[in-house]
Amino acid sequence: MTEHTKYLVVGSSHAALEAVTAIRMHDAEGSLTLLTRDPHLPYSPTVLPYVVSGRSAPDGIFLRDEKFFADHRVTLKRGNALKALHAERNAAELADGSELAYDKILLATGASPAIPPIPGLDQVSYHVLRTLDDATKLNAAIKSSKQAVVLGAGLVGMHAAENLVKAGAKVTIVEMAKQLTDGYFDAIAAGLIEKAFTDNGATILTGSRVVKLAPSTIGATLTLENGSTLEADLLLVATGVRPNMDYLAGSPVEHDKGILVSDSMQTSVANVWSAGDCAQAKGFFTDDKVMNAILPDATEQGRIAGMAMAGDPGLKQYPGGVPLNTYHFFGRHAISVGSSRVPEGGEVVTRFDEASGRYLKAIFSADNRLTGIYGVNEFFDGGVMCQLILRRIDLSAIRERFVANPLAVGRELMSKTWR
Amino acid sequence: MGKSYNTIAFDANKCDGCGDCMTACATAKVGVGDTARSRIQIVGSADDGFELALCRQCGDPKCVMVCPAGALTKNFDTGVIEWNDAKCVDCLLCTVGCSYAGIALDAGSGHVAKCDTCDGAPACVPACPHDALTYVTTSRIYNEVGDWEDLFAPGLAGCQGCNTELLMRHTLRRVGPETVLATPPGCVPGMGSVGFNGSTGTKVPVFHPLLTNTAAMLAGIKRQYKRVGREVNALAIAGDGGASDVGFQSLSGAAERNEQILFMVVDNEGYMNTGMQRSSCTPYGAWTSTTPIGKGSGGMPSQGKTQDAKNLPLIMVNHRCEYVATASTAYMEDLYDKLDKAIQASKRGFAYLHVYSPCTTGWRFPTDQNMEVARKAVETNFVMLWEYNRTDGLRFTRPVDDPLPVTEYLRAMGRFRHLSPDQISHIQSKVVENLAFVQQMAHRQSA
Repeated sequence: MTEHTKYLVVGSSHAALEAVTAIRMHDAEGSLTLLTRDPHLPYSPTVLPYVVSGRSAPDGIFLRDEKFFADHRVTLKRGNALKALHAERNAAELADGSELAYDKILLATGASPAIPPIPGLDQVSYHVLRTLDDATKLNAAIKSSKQAVVLGAGLVGMHAAENLVKAGAKVTIVEMAKQLTDGYFDAIAAGLIEKAFTDNGATILTGSRVVKLAPSTIGATLTLENGSTLEADLLLVATGVRPNMDYLAGSPVEHDKGILVSDSMQTSVANVWSAGDCAQAKGFFTDDKVMNAILPDATEQGRIAGMAMAGDPGLKQYPGGVPLNTYHFFGRHAISVGSSRVPEGGEVVTRFDEASGRYLKAIFSADNRLTGIYGVNEFFDGGVMCQLILRRIDLSAIRERFVANPLAVGRELMSKTWR
Repeated sequence: MGKSYNTIAFDANKCDGCGDCMTACATAKVGVGDTARSRIQIVGSADDGFELALCRQCGDPKCVMVCPAGALTKNFDTGVIEWNDAKCVDCLLCTVGCSYAGIALDAGSGHVAKCDTCDGAPACVPACPHDALTYVTTSRIYNEVGDWEDLFAPGLAGCQGCNTELLMRHTLRRVGPETVLATPPGCVPGMGSVGFNGSTGTKVPVFHPLLTNTAAMLAGIKRQYKRVGREVNALAIAGDGGASDVGFQSLSGAAERNEQILFMVVDNEGYMNTGMQRSSCTPYGAWTSTTPIGKGSGGMPSQGKTQDAKNLPLIMVNHRCEYVATASTAYMEDLYDKLDKAIQASKRGFAYLHVYSPCTTGWRFPTDQNMEVARKAVETNFVMLWEYNRTDGLRFTRPVDDPLPVTEYLRAMGRFRHLSPDQISHIQSKVVENLAFVQQMAHRQSA
């Protein structure tokens, strides 16, 4: 007989865990199964760079323990992936060949590294960083690396590159875009980040592309677009991620860049929800559905999906994803909240103190609502800024004060408005 | 889950921005009085007031949810969200998750920092010279009471926002199952104590005497139980109308005979369940359906009640009862202390507890304001919280040395909206007079 569960949550990171909590808030009894391809207890991909650096112990990063699942009557199935979704008969086919029937399923399967189609990449050995096993392997490898190449200057690549620099390797970062951390931070912030790296001995090749790879005595030889070559004893491919949704092949669940979901995280098919890095949901700044693969959004989406699945009447619709990023580099920090796009009629206010490296950029709409704020070495409360954006708070009267001190004025507005 | 926790409360009206709380916090936490490193942050506001950023120790904390390293956890015993420095990776995602600026970067350490309530003795609270910060410890009561059996029906037919359900459930839990309950006509039976469809609304024997004979009937029942050798608590929960008006003779008689009963009056200052008629406890100037606002007759406009309220608890003191006290649901620790004493006193003789109960329906205020109205009544000295026993006399349990003007209380509700300046000054002068009267009694007893 096919095993049956009322709720099947696929995935074990932030979206999945929040969904489990939300389901149990409303339905303490209904059978609930958490299925994950990962052999480990739940952990966050975001913590993995710190496992690589050795700062986080691999056995100290778990977000839940066995007791949590026992206490919440959750059946935990580890090391078994979803192979195919048979939504027409409410069944999940698993990698081990078994089948699991569900009443309601959440697809919170996250993402995997996107491997660029570079000739010869499949001939060399390289690292990626998405799972704990990836991280422990990379942690071991950086200790012996003398010259490393990182493909991709997103936050994963930059984190790993910093670790490699600190471990004493000669590091080259190759990035296709014109700047580092493209999509997270603007050119000035990226310049500050770049300077920190080059000051510490890293080589940054932006606007550059690897066209060919070949095995070499120490590891791999990379040929760049301009014809020059790089030698690497350690190669990390960190050129972005793509959602895990191969199991949807042949399924009617609509998907585009990710799995398309409504404002309550429901897919186009009955009894199927999706949340987190694999979901494509409404953006706050656009009516289009966008990928907003960030941790805070994953928790939000997971919570909404869980409430919707359990029929919790307290459900509030998803307001749309707001980009939120924090980044720590060489003892400095960068925070970005909101959109980098300047709305029509809007205005950008920046201030930059080169001596201290403090940089602030705030973007306002034509009617003086905050739509984005970026800081390097300029701390402000990101959560408060996000609320100012979500609540579309009118800043007309206090814009100057706000830009001069977003920390204090943000707190004042918070305390007055939603405390 | 479901536990209640202590909390740091902030009253912006009392804050003058001196920053002593921040100095105390930074000193306690990082050893230097640098206010920038304080975990409680007072910020000046554009309109000259002061605002607060402080961890709220959320029940459903977003900072914990978004932490990728498992470095933040809600301690369900203390309610505090704890930060584990060994696990923290300084990613600052928690600061992006928190909507309240409750966890922020401490530039001095390079890590995030948040309030941990100093393990239940927050340094900021005693440092505040203006009582703008208080550490509310009422949770102790709710946690303790939560473990006792609820002796009331799960659903009640009270008005939204009424505090009487709180009173009934707490009181019955406190007196326990060995109790006989009398609830004369009024809001308490109206809310369901006497039951529905032939079954009672309580898990203890309950009866519905007449307004006139509550104390007499209850005294008789108590005596019968004593006669058969069974120890029970005899409890009445009555309204102010039933106690101060038509039921007064039996109440006074039972007190005079020192019957071993606990008589609780839930004073909502009128006959609220029958259509908001005035009682002898209705205050001067208040609108009720029988003291209306309008043209009046004979050229005399009608402006609410024209007489002052009877002070029933003081009258009960003059019966020299075992115990007499006034209480308010805005001060639960005080109320509980008195309830305990009243229960003990009722084993020896007559105990009387007078609880002020703001009525959302009859007093005309929003349903979420009950505790605030109750608090304002005390803060303005419109009502006074005190207790009396024969040995120690009368003593204030929550003296208000610096009362707010009575208008702060009056404006919190609709029943006083029509008051003329003369009426308001009459009420204010009565507050002063009543205070002086009770102070005199307190002084006399302590002398």
